[in-house]
Amino acid sequence: MRMRSILALVLASLLVSGCGYNALQTQDQSVTAAWSEVVNQYQRRADLIPNLVETVKGFAAQEQAVLIGVTEARSRASSIQLTPEMLDDPAALQKFQQAQGELSGALKSLFAVSERYPDLKSDQNFRDLQAQLEGTENRITVARGRYIETVRLYNNTVVSFPSNLTAWALGKMVKPSFTVENEAEIARPPQVEF
Amino acid sequence: MVRAVAAACALFACASAFAPGASAQALQPIPPLSARVTDLTDTLSPAERAALERKLEAFERRKGAQVAVLIVATTEPEAIEQYAIRVADEWKLGRAASDDGAILLVAKNDRAIRIEVGYGLEGALSDARSNRIIDEAIVPRFRAGDFAGGVNDGVDRMLAVIDGEELPAPERGWANEPRGIRAIEPLFPFALFAIPIVGGILRMIFGKLLGPLFTGGVLFAIGWLLTRSVLLAIPLALIGVLFSALGGRRMRRMRGGGFGGAGRGWGGGSSSGGFGGGFSGGGGGFGGGGASGRW
Repeated sequence: MRMRSILALVLASLLVSGCGYNALQTQDQSVTAAWSEVVNQYQRRADLIPNLVETVKGFAAQEQAVLIGVTEARSRASSIQLTPEMLDDPAALQKFQQAQGELSGALKSLFAVSERYPDLKSDQNFRDLQAQLEGTENRITVARGRYIETVRLYNNTVVSFPSNLTAWALGKMVKPSFTVENEAEIARPPQVEF
Repeated sequence: MVRAVAAACALFACASAFAPGASAQALQPIPPLSARVTDLTDTLSPAERAALERKLEAFERRKGAQVAVLIVATTEPEAIEQYAIRVADEWKLGRAASDDGAILLVAKNDRAIRIEVGYGLEGALSDARSNRIIDEAIVPRFRAGDFAGGVNDGVDRMLAVIDGEELPAPERGWANEPRGIRAIEPLFPFALFAIPIVGGILRMIFGKLLGPLFTGGVLFAIGWLLTRSVLLAIPLALIGVLFSALGGRRMRRMRGGGFGGAGRGWGGGSSSGGFGGGFSGGGGGFGGGGASGRW
């Protein structure tokens, strides 16, 4: 009799792993880790901005609209914290993406404006900051790409049979990913009214 | 018969029409990592390429970090940044523990340059420094048409910067071969059903005592040659002795089970760079750091 119960236990544990329990857990962890990396890089970008604003102010102090726009967009973006628990909420992710997109737009305006100031453009400090920001934007893109990939794998496991049964039992749902549809819309710089 | 074939062809044609990406523009392929300098546009002469190769190899032997140069015609339809990170993810330059790899990528027809930096080198070869190297050393020379000079000067400056960074000492011996267990990792699925078979055959030929001994000996030799580590070769030999000694009818059942398990277990696959001659990545990771430039 003991033999049979042991056998049943072994069979049950095999079924559980066969039904994707382990896969769900590890992939969920991967998603969380990938998200931390995304947030990390966005934070890195936010940290570079005060320095950038100061440098530009040194050469183009009269461009108040753009400078204020960047500073405000930055504080708005930093105020939206997206913790891993909130990752299941598509609305929260949308808000986060929107805020970061507006910051991207504001930065674009800033660099467009700085084109008009040759002194600023040739300043080594400004060039270094520009390189750092471009590097960070690239890192953000890479981190987002990797996050999208981990979410894709996780979602695949959540919807395929038989792991979808395990997912339903555990209450795990499909996670939202970054959307591209209204990226162009979001990247338009916010209008600063005086 | 003819009608059946025609129907099958029609079905295949319809299916292909719906195949995803059938009309999408193909991405540029990533060249295999066979040398430190990969020049698909013949911009560098063989002598220049060899000299650069030696310089990079000597650097890796001395410092441990892996730097490579890749010159392609174009990265269209991708931006150079997207192509560079794909190359970096595939080549995995730099050691896994320290992520100390870097790539100098030139897209000649696009007139674009990128220095892609691994996680471990981002402190030394920061975005700002990479940008300066491109702006000051490479772009002026490229504009003057001196591609070899630009690449060499860029590489020299990259190496100088990396030299200043504290990195773990390089391992002696074959610095380029994947070390230890990583060398035999690709063999695991194959070994899982090959070992019982080989063991069984040797047992049949040499008998119950000598068969397992020979299997153990053979596996010890293979394991030691690939991993250069006695500590890893001994368990391999013991596994061989075990499988060979068990032998008989049980072998057939084990073979089937072993293969099935191996397929699922290692299907995800470690993509450690090729082993056996030539240059290969050490498993280093990249995060998109570095800088780009145009000339």
